[in-house]
Amino acid sequence: MRHTISVLVENKFGVLSRVSGLFSGRGYNIESLSVGETIDPQISIMTIVTSGDDWVIEQIDKQLNKLIDVIKVVDMKELDHVEREMVLIKVAPRAEDKAEVLRIAEIFRGRIVDSSQKTYTIEVTGDEKKIAAIVDILKPMGIKEFVRTGKIAIAREGLKKY
Amino acid sequence: MKLSGAEILLECLKKEGVKHIFGYPGGVVLNIFDQLHDEKELKLILTRHEQGAVHAADGYARATGKAGVALVTSGPGATNTVTGIATAAMDSIPLVVFSGQVPTLLIGNDAFQEADIVGITRPCTKYNFLVKDVGDLAQIIKEAFYIATTGRPGPVLIDLPKDVTTAKTDFVWPESIKMRSYNPTYEGNKWMISQAAHAIAKAKKPVIVAGGGVIISGASKELKELAEHAKLPVAMTLMGLGAFPGSHKLSLGMPGMHGTYYANKSIQESDLLIAIGMRFDDRVTGKVSAFAPHAKIIHIDIDPTSIRKNVRVDIPIVGDVKRVLTTLNKVLKGEVKEQWKEVRKAWLKQIDDFKAERPLTYDRDTDIIKPQFVIEKINELTKGDAIITTEVGQNQMWTAQFYKFDKPRTFLSSGGLGTMGYGLPAAIGAQLAFPNKLVIDIAGDGSIQMNIQELATAVINRFPVKVAILNNRFLGMVRQWQELFFKERYSHTRLDESVPDFVKIAEAYNAVGLRAVKRSEVEPVLKEAFKIKRPVLMDFVIDWKEKVYPMVPAGAAIDEMLFLEEVKKSGKKLKAVK
Ligand SMILES: Cc1ncc(C[n+]2csc(CCOP(=O)(O)OP(=O)(O)O)c2C)c(N)n1
Repeated sequence: MRHTISVLVENKFGVLSRVSGLFSGRGYNIESLSVGETIDPQISIMTIVTSGDDWVIEQIDKQLNKLIDVIKVVDMKELDHVEREMVLIKVAPRAEDKAEVLRIAEIFRGRIVDSSQKTYTIEVTGDEKKIAAIVDILKPMGIKEFVRTGKIAIAREGLKKY
Repeated sequence: MKLSGAEILLECLKKEGVKHIFGYPGGVVLNIFDQLHDEKELKLILTRHEQGAVHAADGYARATGKAGVALVTSGPGATNTVTGIATAAMDSIPLVVFSGQVPTLLIGNDAFQEADIVGITRPCTKYNFLVKDVGDLAQIIKEAFYIATTGRPGPVLIDLPKDVTTAKTDFVWPESIKMRSYNPTYEGNKWMISQAAHAIAKAKKPVIVAGGGVIISGASKELKELAEHAKLPVAMTLMGLGAFPGSHKLSLGMPGMHGTYYANKSIQESDLLIAIGMRFDDRVTGKVSAFAPHAKIIHIDIDPTSIRKNVRVDIPIVGDVKRVLTTLNKVLKGEVKEQWKEVRKAWLKQIDDFKAERPLTYDRDTDIIKPQFVIEKINELTKGDAIITTEVGQNQMWTAQFYKFDKPRTFLSSGGLGTMGYGLPAAIGAQLAFPNKLVIDIAGDGSIQMNIQELATAVINRFPVKVAILNNRFLGMVRQWQELFFKERYSHTRLDESVPDFVKIAEAYNAVGLRAVKRSEVEPVLKEAFKIKRPVLMDFVIDWKEKVYPMVPAGAAIDEMLFLEEVKKSGKKLKAVK
């Protein structure tokens, strides 16, 4: 089972390796991880996408909470929430596909953020399904590079104050 | 007045009530050692290896309940502490380890004697710090002691770059501390505790399994009250030995791989398992899916991650054992009606039958020395009033089986990590804390050689520790597995003539060496050793063939035990008996 977990941490030296070390040391898997400061620069938020059965997820939740620098752990499964991810896709279409690529980008509300003689770079934001869909469609036209931010998530009514 | 980092360090230690540090010098900690030279209130015990320093601090901590402190240099000094730190982490022992580090500006440059010890110890400390600014030092030390000693205790490392030890600042000791991200749960949930009380009242075949958490939390009195009031038999894990009197009628001894028949049998038959301050290690549970198959499980532990990690739990209670048991006892004596008198009689009778059926035993009728005999003699001569440390292997298991620990903090042994070489330095730490107590390391001839250099520390500091080597000329525990499961192919476990003359070794270190080769010599050697107020190394030349029984083969259920009698009768052919 896939879970998106938000982890509020003290923005301290080494905190990322404490969290990632916990996952590798205990054999939990990380599908994506993104980190950034919150409004309060002393606190960062990590969004981790992981998977496991209920036992594993319960352990992940507890083990994260046990880390000294972790302030709060929220499993987004339990909350109404919004998830987003941004990707940058560099495509190198044949001449006859160029117009089609632009059309697809538009349909997905992507933006062309760079272009060269041979390539377009498209920026797309969305949830997992949307990203998967555009990748599927663009693939036959020649994706040269593909970079993603990893998922971020926010609870609908905002995380409760710690 | 401005103080240097080195001065601040020592001031902070004094504020924390520290009297002794175990350590070893080196380049980047020279400023601190220089400061120690004129220091009156703090004494540094120089060990002969940094691993020894950390184990000694650990032994001190286990014997007293206070944090042990070690101080080492950067690079190799720091990496030498890793085994000691991991040992303490596995057994939840509070330590604060200071490691020197190369100057801040050189960090990351592969400087001379640089090691990323914060990175190396991240997974085996409860927390660790790199001090980058002398202005943070006092706060960090305060936090380190707080983290090490509260909640589920553990080792904390502070990495001190050389320039931080010389930089000066105003010394401000933070009197109190609060960390928004670290708030252990001490009070158990009232409703859960009441559920537990009712389950205990109703149970027909309840068993307590007590672990090291009972000792750490200082809850022996509460545990005894619970067991005696509700008539509950008590098994103790290796870490829990001494949490409940081993000679008590309700004691089942140790469960698990080398546990007693009656502890394992009681657990397997039980309808309610009350797990207190223990974490269901695989050496305790055996095959998890076959563990306590009929039992409802109550689990009390301060660490939420221990609960539902290895086994299913019906009534989880997160909290400090002492506080939870205090409340539980109140509930049991208050709102819950005493309805267990009659049912318990039948259960305790059944347990007595288990005990009579297969007591712990060994061949008592020999001239050659049996290791169990040595341990029984030590138990008898000390009247159980000694601090016993062990190494790892057969020596450790025989001690756990045949010495009756009646008091907490009298059995110091590396349980979780199983670190050979732990016993002698740990004995030194315990002896420092209790100068007038008899402190004995029960050792194997393999393990003792892992930190034998600490004899020098004992001799020079006049720590009268005793070492009883159960000398079988083998890495005995590994040999036992080879005999039983690898067709007696003793690959690299035979030490034979490479075993040094321990009596001569003792003498070379200026300690006393004694030897016994016959059963009749055991008692005189022990008596003499206990009279001598100096370190004594006793070499007991034991039957090398002796094994630890009962034994649950790896992966089997804990009632699928091998016994001495069966193994004897069946000749070589071994079969697990149910
Ligand atoms: C540092 C370390 N290395 C290896 C082991 C694996 N090991 C466990 S018991 C044992 C044999 C111990 O031999 P000895 O100290 O002679 O004790 P005995 O079992 O004979 O009592 C070994 C090698 C260990 N526990 N610790």
